[in-house]
Amino acid sequence: MTQVRDDWFRPLERDGDEKEQVVRPSLSYWKDAWRRLKKNKLAMLGLGFLIFLAVMAIFGPILSPHSVTTQDLPNQNQPPSSTHWFGTDEAGRDVFTRTWYGARISLFVGLMAALIDFTIGIIYGGIAGYKGGRTDTLMMRVVEILYGLPYLLVVILLLVVMGPSLTTIIIALTITGWVGMARIVRGQVLQVKNYEFVTASKSFGANSSRIIRKNLIPNAMGPIIVQMTLTVPSAIFAEAFLSFLGLGIQAPFASWGVMANDALPVIISGDWWRLFFPALFISLTMFAFNVLGDGLQDALDPKMRG
Amino acid sequence: MAMYIFKRFWMMLATIFIIATLTFFLMHAVPGSPLEAERTTNETIQANLEKFYKLDQPLHIQYFDYMKSIATFDFGPSIKDPNRTVNELLERGFPISFELGIITILVAVISGILLGTLAALRHNKMIDYAAMAFAVIGISIPNFVLATLLIQQLAVTWGIFPPATWKSPMHMVLPVLALATGPMAIIARLTRSSMLEVLTQDYIKMARAKGIKPIRIVLRHALRNALMPVVTIMGTLLAGILTGTFVIEKIFAIPGMGKYFVDSINNRDYPVIMGTTVFYSAFLIFMLFLVDIVYGLLDPRIKLHKKEGDV
Repeated sequence: MTQVRDDWFRPLERDGDEKEQVVRPSLSYWKDAWRRLKKNKLAMLGLGFLIFLAVMAIFGPILSPHSVTTQDLPNQNQPPSSTHWFGTDEAGRDVFTRTWYGARISLFVGLMAALIDFTIGIIYGGIAGYKGGRTDTLMMRVVEILYGLPYLLVVILLLVVMGPSLTTIIIALTITGWVGMARIVRGQVLQVKNYEFVTASKSFGANSSRIIRKNLIPNAMGPIIVQMTLTVPSAIFAEAFLSFLGLGIQAPFASWGVMANDALPVIISGDWWRLFFPALFISLTMFAFNVLGDGLQDALDPKMRG
Repeated sequence: MAMYIFKRFWMMLATIFIIATLTFFLMHAVPGSPLEAERTTNETIQANLEKFYKLDQPLHIQYFDYMKSIATFDFGPSIKDPNRTVNELLERGFPISFELGIITILVAVISGILLGTLAALRHNKMIDYAAMAFAVIGISIPNFVLATLLIQQLAVTWGIFPPATWKSPMHMVLPVLALATGPMAIIARLTRSSMLEVLTQDYIKMARAKGIKPIRIVLRHALRNALMPVVTIMGTLLAGILTGTFVIEKIFAIPGMGKYFVDSINNRDYPVIMGTTVFYSAFLIFMLFLVDIVYGLLDPRIKLHKKEGDV
């Protein structure tokens, strides 16, 4: 039998400090989400495009020497050139300027719709989910019925009555649009309100509004933000769709939907730029918001942590 | 289940009632008479016209008449074209729109599920990436943009398909393609993600261990459960396809209901707007009702109670 010698054994080098260290730097929820979002290249591409679009929506019309509404009849339906970068339309208006002007309208409609949906949805869904019981049942019955109404039909109906304009489009889009947000907020609140820290808050004597503001909303924020990023492209689509039906922004002003609609009669004659630029930017914007929404969905999901 | 159907049925009637009431009062909230555009100078003619359209009655009488007309499915005459009734327009337009809608749904559902399943089975391979790239693009391009692009490329430039109208199967290709791409992309994405989730479940491993053929596992065990989320969003997709038919019919000059609806909006032809809106809404709400029932029938958890051991 071999002898057990002492030199077989030696003390392990001390690396206790290293082991004690928290390997993962402690991050707040938002920093953590941002870190994960940054890894998603497609989502960052979408975000980059949206920033570019926002900048161009503000400065684009200034960059061009032509105005949105000025007609230049001798130069109608000109292909893209050094003077008219995206060509001109049937009234000789500059498509480049009009494209960025359309970006203003589309982004404005999209963001306003998302913001209003968000505000109403948070208040309505928050109250329903937090109060629970009979209040919840009653409030959700209303939501259920509104949810069953065909969204775009109601919007079209409202626009026929109110007359088409930017304000009425936003009103029409939000009057039934908040319902989806309210449902999500309520679901989230129902989930979060049973957590221990809410009970702790309550036992310290916090009132309802404080609990909703400080506990429920921050913890339920993930799916709500995702819903917002998805509201924007659907509102932009709806605006373009309505403008396409002749219920949107009225001439001489431009939105992408109006420009696409105006381009319909001339596509047969091969004036491709009339349709190409508005169509390209509607699609790219929808694409950007969709991939950003997808990225946020993964980044904000607490289950994806670590 | 019967209780559930009963409850949903009453909800459906309530929703149709609300949309009909809403439509009525919204249309009567429009300032001025719907006949104003007719510019009849003669007062007798004006009065006769008002009598013909029952606009001389008090509002509540008009409302009850209107509700009665909906219940009996008689929407009265059009204002712009008094020789035609709204019913005639619906009878002429609806079959065409219905055909367009049904073909679109079939194409979208079948190809969407196929694409999604294929992508899930070849997870992180070329097919997966290609299918998902296609899906993201499909979701991003609005149907009316796609429609015009298709006309420009496939009809005008290459001349493969006729650019408009609704006569032969060849005429149907472009409108259906334009309308189906969006829903197909959504279905493909959803099928893929829920399929990926289902494929990691224990019962799939169990089925594999038992030596069941892969194709049977996919079709019988995985797909059935993976399709539940797809059924859930069918309602939203149906609504999207239905409203999509408005613009598609306008672009392709298809003489369906959507075309009459859009024309009636542009002409402010109130009886036609009211009739078509109520009809569209009722149809859509009825479809949502059917989707809900199908969901209940498909849900494996509900079936488990009926037949023990059925896979």
